[in-house]
Amino acid sequence: MKLLNVFLLGLVIVLFSAGCSKDKDPDPINETEGLQLVTTLSNDNHKVNIYTKSGKLQTGYNEIFFQVKDAGGNLVDNALQLEWMPVMHMSSMSHSCPASSISKKENTRSLYKGFVVFQMAGSDMEYWELTIDYSVGGTAYEAKGNIQVLEASKKVVQSFLGSDEKRYVLALVAPSEPKVAVNDMTAVLYRMESMMSFVPVDGYTVKIDPRMPGMGNHSSPNNIDLTQGTDKLYHGKLSLTMTGYWKINLQLENGSGTVVKGEPVTEGNEGSSIYFELEF
Amino acid sequence: MSNLFLLLQEKYFLPANFSKMFRFCFIFLLLCCAGGYAQSDSTHHRDTVKAVLLEEVIIVGDRPLRNKTNKPLANLEQYLEKANAVNMIRRGGYAWEPLINGMATERSVITIDGMRIYGACTDKMDPVTSYVEITNLEKANVHSGQAGSAGGATIAGSLDLVRKKNTFGAKSLKGIAFAGFELNNRQKILGTGINWQSPKTYSSIDLTFRDADNYKAGGGEEVLYSQFTKYNMSAIAGFKIDEHQHIEASLIYDHAVDIGYPALPMDVSLARAYIGSVEYVRHHISSSVHQWQTKLYFNDVTHVMDDSKRPVVPIRMDMPGWSKTAGFYSRVEGTTGGNNWKLNISGHHNYSLAEMTMFSNTPDEKDMFMLTWPGVQTNYGDLYGEASLPVGHNLKAVLSAGLALHNNLISKESGLESLKIFYPDMSRSKTRLLKRFSATMQYNKNHWLLDAGIAYGDRAPSVSEGYGFYLFNSFDRFDYIGNPGMKNEKSVSVNGAAAFENKAFMAKLSGSFFYLTDYIIGMPDNGLSVMTIGASGVKVYGQLKSAAIFNTSLDVNYQLTEKWYWTNKLGYRRGTGYGIGNLPLIQPFTYASAINFKVKAFSAELSMNGAARHNKYNSDFGERALPAYTVFNVMASQRVRLAKTSLQIKAGVENILDNNYTTFSDWNRVPRMGRNLFINLVVVF
Repeated sequence: MKLLNVFLLGLVIVLFSAGCSKDKDPDPINETEGLQLVTTLSNDNHKVNIYTKSGKLQTGYNEIFFQVKDAGGNLVDNALQLEWMPVMHMSSMSHSCPASSISKKENTRSLYKGFVVFQMAGSDMEYWELTIDYSVGGTAYEAKGNIQVLEASKKVVQSFLGSDEKRYVLALVAPSEPKVAVNDMTAVLYRMESMMSFVPVDGYTVKIDPRMPGMGNHSSPNNIDLTQGTDKLYHGKLSLTMTGYWKINLQLENGSGTVVKGEPVTEGNEGSSIYFELEF
Repeated sequence: MSNLFLLLQEKYFLPANFSKMFRFCFIFLLLCCAGGYAQSDSTHHRDTVKAVLLEEVIIVGDRPLRNKTNKPLANLEQYLEKANAVNMIRRGGYAWEPLINGMATERSVITIDGMRIYGACTDKMDPVTSYVEITNLEKANVHSGQAGSAGGATIAGSLDLVRKKNTFGAKSLKGIAFAGFELNNRQKILGTGINWQSPKTYSSIDLTFRDADNYKAGGGEEVLYSQFTKYNMSAIAGFKIDEHQHIEASLIYDHAVDIGYPALPMDVSLARAYIGSVEYVRHHISSSVHQWQTKLYFNDVTHVMDDSKRPVVPIRMDMPGWSKTAGFYSRVEGTTGGNNWKLNISGHHNYSLAEMTMFSNTPDEKDMFMLTWPGVQTNYGDLYGEASLPVGHNLKAVLSAGLALHNNLISKESGLESLKIFYPDMSRSKTRLLKRFSATMQYNKNHWLLDAGIAYGDRAPSVSEGYGFYLFNSFDRFDYIGNPGMKNEKSVSVNGAAAFENKAFMAKLSGSFFYLTDYIIGMPDNGLSVMTIGASGVKVYGQLKSAAIFNTSLDVNYQLTEKWYWTNKLGYRRGTGYGIGNLPLIQPFTYASAINFKVKAFSAELSMNGAARHNKYNSDFGERALPAYTVFNVMASQRVRLAKTSLQIKAGVENILDNNYTTFSDWNRVPRMGRNLFINLVVVF
C-alpha cells in the first residue's frame, strides 16, 4: 500500500513537471547542474562565469563551460563569434596553448563550451590569462582575466619536440574515470606553429603500452592504438586489468609510420620518454 | 567450560562470537543429544569384493580392529589415499586435493552426504574434503567414471563422504573422547563426542581440535609454513514422525586458522565452512518403492589467503574468496520385478567470488584490486537414474544415465567488464546441457566376480577454467586466464575388473581407460604479459583435441593364519595429451604391502609403501623426474575393556628410516614428512 502511494506520488510529479516544461524554456539554472564555478571574467557589460566539472583548471585537457550574464543578471543566449585565447605570461616570454573552438552545448540555451589544453601550471611569477571575445547584437565584447591553473596530480599532458623538429602537445581526454575493463581512450594532438598558434594534427597514430611499474611493469592485453576519428580526436582502447597506478607509455607515429617521439618498452627500457599516468 | 574456551580464544585468536556459538552448540548438544557411538564392532570389515567392483568404499568411522591400515586419528586425506582410485595432491600439511583416476577436482564431483560444496579458494587450497573431520564420517564412497554419479555430471568419478548416522533405538547415551600426539610436527589432536538415541529421536555432536607446528622432512629439515590449527564441530539430530517417516537436521562447522602452505607463496589465515541440511526420509512407501529421501542444504565457505607470515615477498597481497551453495536432492529407491532402481532429481545454486588486493611498495600509491572470480553463479539442475537388472543366473546389468542443465552467470558487472578485456564478445550467461551414461555387466559365480563397463560423460569448465582472472599457479609459475567460450569436455571410458575371493585369499585386478576429447588445460600464450611478479608467463585455458588416461590396480590379500594377515596393493596410471605429451600429476608405479598380526585385542602391523622412479612427467607444468622411494612404518594397537568403557591405544612410527622423499603429487616437490612417532587414544564410554 505504501509502495503504491509512493508510486502514485511519483507519477503525479512526473506528469506535472512534463506538463510544465512544454510551456517554458528549460530552466537556465539547470544548465550548469553538475558543474562548478571556476572564476568569473568581467567587462563593463557582462560577467562571464566559467565552469568545469571539478571547479578547477589543471594541466592537461580541460573541458570548459561558460555562461554570459548581462548587468541585470540575465543570461545571454545570443552571443556570436566566440573565441578565446589563453596566454601564459612567463618572465621572459609569453605563449599560448591548444584550445578548441567554442560552441553552444547541445540542448542548452545559454551554456557555451570548448576545451583548453594547458601544458603547464601557473605560479606566482608565471600566470595564465584567458581572453574571451564574443559579440552580442553586432557589438563586439571582450572579457579577460587571470586564471589559476593547477598541476594535475598525474601526468596527463606531454609537450615535446619531435625528431622532425616540430613541437607537439599530446593530452589525455578519456578515460576520466578508468575502470577494470576495456576503456575507451581518447587524446588530442596539436602541433605548435608559433608561440601563439597550435593546430590539430591529422593522420598520426598514438601507440600505447600500459604498464604497472609497481607490479613488475606488466602490461595488459588487447589494447588498440589511438587513431584519428571523424571528430578529429584520437581514439583507441585501453585495457586495465586491475585498479592502481598505471603508466601508459606512448609513441607518436606520423602518417608515414615514422616514430617522432617515444620509445618501445623493452627489457632494458622500463618506459617511454612520453607517457600518461592513471591511478584509480 | 567457558573458562577453557576463553583460554583457547586468547591463545588461538578465535573470534569472540566463536565462543558464543560454541556455547550455544554445547547447550544444543546437552538438550537434544544422544546415543551410542554405535560401536558396531560387528560390522563386516574386510573389503567386500561385491562392493569394491562398482565402488570403492573407504571405511572411516567405527573401524573394526582388523582394518588396521590407518591411525584412528589420521586426517581424512590419509584415509582417502588408501583408495585405488584416489591420489592426493599435497601442498603442505593440510587440505590435500583428491585426484580421482588421475584427474583433479574439476573433473570429479565431491559431495558430503550428497551435498554439493564448492571450495572458496582460487588455488584449490580448500577442497571439499578439508571441511570435514574423520569423526564426522562413516565412510567415503568412490565411484569411477559416470557409474553411480548421482551427485552430478563428472568425468573422473565421484566421491561421496557419508556422515555418521545413528538410528532410532532403545534409550542410550554414549560418549567418546580421543587424544593424539604426533612427535614430528607436534600435532595435538583432541576431541569428544556424545550420542543419544531413543525410539523417537537421535542426535549426536562431536568436536575435534587439531594443532600442528611445522613438520620436518627426512633428515630433520624443517618445512617452513606447514603448520595448521583446525576446529571442527558436527551435530546431527533426527526425529521420528511415525514408523516410516523421519526428519533429520545436520550441521558441520569447520574453522581452520593459521594454515601454512609450504608449496605456495601464500598461506591461509582463515578457512571456514558452515554446512547445514534438513532431510525428510520416508520408508516402505509401497512394495516396490522402498525409500524416498529429500534433502535441502546450504553451505557457506570463506577462505582468506594472505602472505603476512612470509618475511620476503615481491609485493604484499590478500586474496579472500567466498562460496555459497544452496541445493536439494530428492531420491527414490525401489525394486520392480527383481530390478533395483534409483531415481534422483537434484539442483543447486552456487555463488563464487574471489578477489585480490595488492599493496604497492611505493608509498601513497593506491591498492591494486581485481576480481579473480568475477562473482560467478552456477545454476545446476540434474536428473539421474540407475537400475540393476538381472540378465541371467549369474549375470546382471547395471545401467545409469543422467541429464543436467548447467548455467554460469557472471553477476558482478565489474567482473564481466574485466573478463571482456580478453573476450570482448563474451556474454554474461552460458548454458550447457550435460549428458552421462554408463553400462556395466557383472558376472558372479563361485569365487569369481567379473565386470566390464562402458561409459560416456561430459562436463562444463570449472569456475576457474571458465572465468578465472590471473590465477597464479605456483607449480608451473604461470598466470592462468579462464576461457568462457570453451566446449564441454567429453569422456568415453571403458573399465573392467576381475576378482577372486575365498576364505583366506582375495585378489582383484581392475583397470580403466578414459579417452577425453576437448580436454581442458592451460596453454601458454606468449603474447600476454604476466601479472604476478616473477611468473614465467600466462596460460589461457584451452582444449586439447584429446587426452587419454589409463588406470590399473591390483590388490592381493591373504589370511596366512588366523593371526597373520597380509595385504598388498599395486597401482599405475598413464596419461597423455594430444600435442603435449605426458599429462601432469599422473601416478607412477606405486606399491604398498602390510603384514598384520592380531591376537585378541592386540594387533600390530609392519607396512611399506613406495613408488618407482617418476619419469613420465611434463616439465611444462613444473614437474621433474623423481627418484624411487620406499617408506617403512610400524604400529601396534591394544584395546582394553573396562566394564562399559573401552580404551584403544595405538602407537607407531611412520617413515622409520627417516627418508627424505617427495612424490608425483607433491606440489612444487615439497618433501614429505620424515620420521614420525604417534600415539592415539580413543575412549568410548
